[in-house]
Amino acid sequence: MQFGIMSVSDITRDPVNDYTPSEAERIRDLVRISKKTEEVGLDVVAVGEHHNPPFFSSSPTTLLANIAAQTERLTVTTSTTLITTNDPVRIAEEYAMLQHLSGGRMDLMLGRGNTGPVYPWFGQDIRQGLPLALENYNLLHRLWREDVVDWEGSFRTPLQGFTSTPRPLDDVPPFVWHGSIRTPEIAEQAAYYGNGFFANHIFWPKEHTKRMVQFYRQRFEHYGHGTAKQAIVGLGGQTFIGKTSQEARDRFRPYFDNAPVYGHGPSLEDFSTMTPLAVGSVQEVIDKIMGFREYVGDYQRQLFLIDHAGLPTDMVLEQLDLLGGEVVPVLRKELESKRDPEVAANPPSHADLVKAKYGDAEPRQPRPNANRGDNVTGASPYQDSEGAEAVYPVL
Amino acid sequence: MTHDPFRLVVVSAGASDPSSTHLLADRTAQRAVALAREHGRDVQLSVIQVRELLPELPQALSSQFMGPKFRAAIDTLVAADGIIAAAPVYKAGASAAFTGFFQVLDNDLLIGKPVILAATAGTSRHALVVDEEMRSLFAYLRTLPVPTGLFAAPEDFSSTALTQRIDRAAKELVLLMESGFARSVREDSWGSYQHEYGSAGGTEVGVNFDTDLMRLATGGSHRPS
Repeated sequence: MQFGIMSVSDITRDPVNDYTPSEAERIRDLVRISKKTEEVGLDVVAVGEHHNPPFFSSSPTTLLANIAAQTERLTVTTSTTLITTNDPVRIAEEYAMLQHLSGGRMDLMLGRGNTGPVYPWFGQDIRQGLPLALENYNLLHRLWREDVVDWEGSFRTPLQGFTSTPRPLDDVPPFVWHGSIRTPEIAEQAAYYGNGFFANHIFWPKEHTKRMVQFYRQRFEHYGHGTAKQAIVGLGGQTFIGKTSQEARDRFRPYFDNAPVYGHGPSLEDFSTMTPLAVGSVQEVIDKIMGFREYVGDYQRQLFLIDHAGLPTDMVLEQLDLLGGEVVPVLRKELESKRDPEVAANPPSHADLVKAKYGDAEPRQPRPNANRGDNVTGASPYQDSEGAEAVYPVL
Repeated sequence: MTHDPFRLVVVSAGASDPSSTHLLADRTAQRAVALAREHGRDVQLSVIQVRELLPELPQALSSQFMGPKFRAAIDTLVAADGIIAAAPVYKAGASAAFTGFFQVLDNDLLIGKPVILAATAGTSRHALVVDEEMRSLFAYLRTLPVPTGLFAAPEDFSSTALTQRIDRAAKELVLLMESGFARSVREDSWGSYQHEYGSAGGTEVGVNFDTDLMRLATGGSHRPS
């Protein structure tokens, strides 16, 4: 099973010492945090996408490529990539590039984004958020699987004879997760394509997560990708670990009380009772996380939000030591011992997807046809593309 | 008595104890119980005192985060056959506690349920709050407020006219509960209302696959072809 962290890339004043980090510091520190994530034995770093202060992650693939370049094993991913306001053509190109540069150590998670003003900045309308998300993914799915795409939809300019470059690494598209809190259409799309489903699992009572995951699992089976229990599920979550439960609560409380979104609202105690938030001793955190599988079934990826709400970087690094050193090793052991043997322990890696597509054969390595002189190759872009290559007789 | 008892829920936002709002709600509830029994139906009466939920209201308003008391209140309302909703009037409007409580409920929690609207105030100059303000809130929630709205200023509590209006409203409520309107609406045309997945207190989990969005989700086209 994969464990990792997810960052929303917020730049928040530390309520304890009144210090607000600069953008430069937070960007640099997230790279440090990511390297540390690998060092302590975790598997995944996910970063969100935002286009306004106080967030810095407007360009996730640049950041993730940098992280991938400085790590060996880590899978880099997003939490989430905006499938609504980004052009799916650009997503296809950028994440294929990230896939090449990371050697396949990446996947991506698609979400709609919940900030109304962002949509018009990119020429879109939040009232069309759901159809945009669904249509854009349909196009993205094809761009990574067909060398030449003719396409027409409701939102984007039509495409005629378009080829998204580079083709995915080994001509195997990145694994995709669809994230949603309460939209069955998104879970349905994830199930239809056999993609992963990721539940935010932070702000809401577990019933929301349970309902959506159950629905996704049923529909995954309905579309013939496997049994319901074999569907690929990821969960968010939030932890703060202390030597004792009291110490954990004392240290985390000022950050909780002032946090964006839920700060100045419910008490830490109430929020801990009613949501997946786990604040306490190592054993308490382990116990709470062990409970997640009881309502979502055996799952493949667990991400924790630990670098937000103004928590200083040193504290985040210390939390990673505790997570990687004391919590996750126990969780791995316990969760694997309970896992149904027919359920995959991990989401598909690039190697798994290559194996599934080619078996033991060599993966396809697309090589373009010659530039015709007008900087395009015509209707048959690669030497092995389907369709007849145009012949240009020497005149 | 062969039928299940009616589940009647009083939501009272009276702030003091004793409270004239509770008093009006109680009198109305007792009358409804008596009338239902005359019609051969027993009544199971639950009372939600909004005052007790107040510590949980700010978080419900700010982050839709329902505390345990709120969730118990919602469970009680989901099962209600009829509701008596009573508010004190503060500064020319139903109290913030009252409107706050109903504003954080799922939009479709109360669809089709019959409701008696009741308010109390320190002066009869607030008499239209029930019909001009509260009635529109309950229309938005797509409930079925009974024709007779109840309003009581201090002088009304000793008036037989109020007793008659209580009697009238209670009778209207019992008739609407007997008609099974809320249940029929839910059984026959639930799908014709706008819902969110998981709403109605977590009971709305039906999914309609025959929609343009579902076709788009499964690789289809958004455009009418």
